[in-house]
Amino acid sequence: MEKVVIKDSNYRIRKGKILRTKQLTKLEKLFEIALDGGESLDQEPGQFVMVSIFGVGEAPISVCSSPTKRGSFELCVRDAGKVTGAMHRLEAGDEIGIRGPYGKGFPIRILEGNDLLMVAGGLGIAPLRSLIKYAFDNRRDFGKIHIMLGCKTSDDLLFEDELNQWFKRMDVHYECTVDRAASDWDGHVGQITTLLPGVHLETERTFAIVVGPPVMYKFVLRELIKKNIPENQIILSFERHMKCGMGKCGRCQIQNLYCCQDGPVFNYADIKNMSEAL
Amino acid sequence: MKDLQYVILKKENLDGFISRMSRLRKVSAPVAKGNGEYAFEEVDSSDRIELKYKPTIMPPKKYFMPQEETLLEFSTAKGLATKPVVEYEKMTLFGVHTCDLAGIQCLNAVFSVRPRDYNYLTRKRQIDIIGLECGDYCDEHASCSMVSAHMPSGGYDLFFTDLGDYFIVHMNTQAGEEMIEATKCFESAEETHFDDLQSFRKKKRDTFKSEVQIEPRFIPGLFDACFESSIWKELDAKCLACGNCTNVCPTCYCFDIIDEVGLDLKNGKRYRKWDSCQLEPFAKVAGGENFRKERAARQRHRYYRKFRYPVAKYSKFFCTGCGRCSRSCMAGIHLKDTLNALIKESDSKIWKKWL
Ligand SMILES: Cc1cc2nc3c(=O)[nH]c(=O)nc-3n(C[C@H](O)[C@H](O)[C@H](O)COP(=O)(O)OP(=O)(O)OC[C@H]3O[C@@H](n4cnc5c(N)ncnc54)[C@H](O)[C@@H]3O)c2cc1C
Ligand code: SF4
Ligand code: SF4
Ligand code: FES
Repeated sequence: MEKVVIKDSNYRIRKGKILRTKQLTKLEKLFEIALDGGESLDQEPGQFVMVSIFGVGEAPISVCSSPTKRGSFELCVRDAGKVTGAMHRLEAGDEIGIRGPYGKGFPIRILEGNDLLMVAGGLGIAPLRSLIKYAFDNRRDFGKIHIMLGCKTSDDLLFEDELNQWFKRMDVHYECTVDRAASDWDGHVGQITTLLPGVHLETERTFAIVVGPPVMYKFVLRELIKKNIPENQIILSFERHMKCGMGKCGRCQIQNLYCCQDGPVFNYADIKNMSEAL
Repeated sequence: MKDLQYVILKKENLDGFISRMSRLRKVSAPVAKGNGEYAFEEVDSSDRIELKYKPTIMPPKKYFMPQEETLLEFSTAKGLATKPVVEYEKMTLFGVHTCDLAGIQCLNAVFSVRPRDYNYLTRKRQIDIIGLECGDYCDEHASCSMVSAHMPSGGYDLFFTDLGDYFIVHMNTQAGEEMIEATKCFESAEETHFDDLQSFRKKKRDTFKSEVQIEPRFIPGLFDACFESSIWKELDAKCLACGNCTNVCPTCYCFDIIDEVGLDLKNGKRYRKWDSCQLEPFAKVAGGENFRKERAARQRHRYYRKFRYPVAKYSKFFCTGCGRCSRSCMAGIHLKDTLNALIKESDSKIWKKWL
């Protein structure tokens, strides 16, 4: 058996240096990363990268910063197992491996000129934040922006300092709810679906972008349909088990679709009849 | 008229051909393993080669996409250093049946679409392929005729048809021609040889009839109608989720990617390894959801990856009819039975009315 080094390999790794970390909650940590040699990641909002911890493995992680942020990018990682657990032990100055970006991100060109209703549950705020930040940085290109956030308790809130700023912005309608409230919480209490009925929308020019755990989709979709948002104006982002990110390993398949290539962002109209999707 | 693409090899010269080839590079061919089983193994003469064999336990996929292959080497000794690698071996495969040629063509399609997989493509370029035609069915599990994989349609450098005392050999590529020139065992083909080939093929057409009562063009429609079929539930009760069927399938290529560190904890490799959609954790994610939790859903997925999904993506079925999945299933799940059951169940459904 011969073994040669190849230049073109799809498994080539780009070296990244961690510039800064921040523990957001007990389980989630934020990493700011710069690629070696000042290379740009050149991602679209909603795309993901494969992060390598050598000797442990790779994990797909959404880029949670906007491409308008130059020179570095951010990942918000929940400690969920081997690779993500090993990531949590890294600090500023450590090196990691990056492959990607991969996948189809949010359809920015289609969203431009429309109102956005962005709904995130739990860790779903991580991928959605890339779009929120992009929209803020290009605020004029979008109509009204509504952000609806839900999580279990106020201790699980990610990016809390940023959320507080969103509250203050005049050009954003932001609401947040927790399933269970602590005594010092003065916001909404209840499932994320309780926020939706009260929102005033111009449905024909509103795109709903929903990111969260699978259970959330069913209930949120029901509310959106009730509000008469057309099916092809509902955008979802899915999580599937992924190994290659390139449509080969088969792990992420949703019937005939590859979540890593055809998604992770999908238009609801395209997948609504697929039982493996929802 | 002489067809320059054809030559003949007398049976008594087969040994000369194989032994001369094996001096040039590794040659692998089907050999008997006992209990009526066969395997592709390295040979240096024609002694062990079986010219009439039932599909080998493992398809020749094992050479194109080894069960395990290193993708990347890394070192964390002096800062992080990584090196993408390809492992390959120059070799000639002798005696590949048309079903397995079709299987290799499926893998070629998968790994050639962008982003191209250079590990696969580099290795493939180093493997020459010599096909061997079947004149009769290997056993009752074959369904090669249903998917038209019983006749040669490319995918080889040379193609041998056994016509009794001699082989008629089709030269399909320059690499094939070079093998013939380098070994000097072949003679030119005459009119009578072509007549023999004609009558061989005529007899073959009478022997091979679609093993399942459906025309290939209706198979995608059949599957469109059967997603919620109760047949999948029946497979759920039988299947042991062992993954044998996908391991032995010439067109199954799902893989896992795994890291391994050496004893020094500084150097290591990242390799890929065959995986199986039939195993329980295959579609499980960190949040706890498993998107194909039931065996029924996993079996269905296997069949759709053979007969429906690739038709849209690659314009071909990813079943070659080799019968390996049926032969190797300890639970007695047989591909032809499943297809027949689906056809029977959908008899009443709309699509049939349009026939
Ligand atoms: C497109 C996409 C974007 C994602 N974005 C983020 C993000 O921004 N932040 C974040 O914290 N997490 C994100 N995830 C989830 C993250 O990839 C998994 O938590 C991670 O892969 C688990 O790997 P591990 O080695 O830590 O866990 P393991 O120890 O390997 O396993 C723990 C559990 O995670 C599942 N799992 C393992 N590998 C994967 C995998 N490659 N993909 C999905 N599930 C897996 C296992 O089935 C098991 O149930 C995303 C996943 C996808 C598919
Ligand atoms: S070989 Fe048979 S029992 Fe094993 S996973 Fe395949 S169908 Fe199920
Ligand atoms: S599905 Fe079965 S018969 Fe078809 S190619 Fe795979 S192993 Fe052969
Ligand atoms: S992650 Fe490998 S096919 Fe999508």
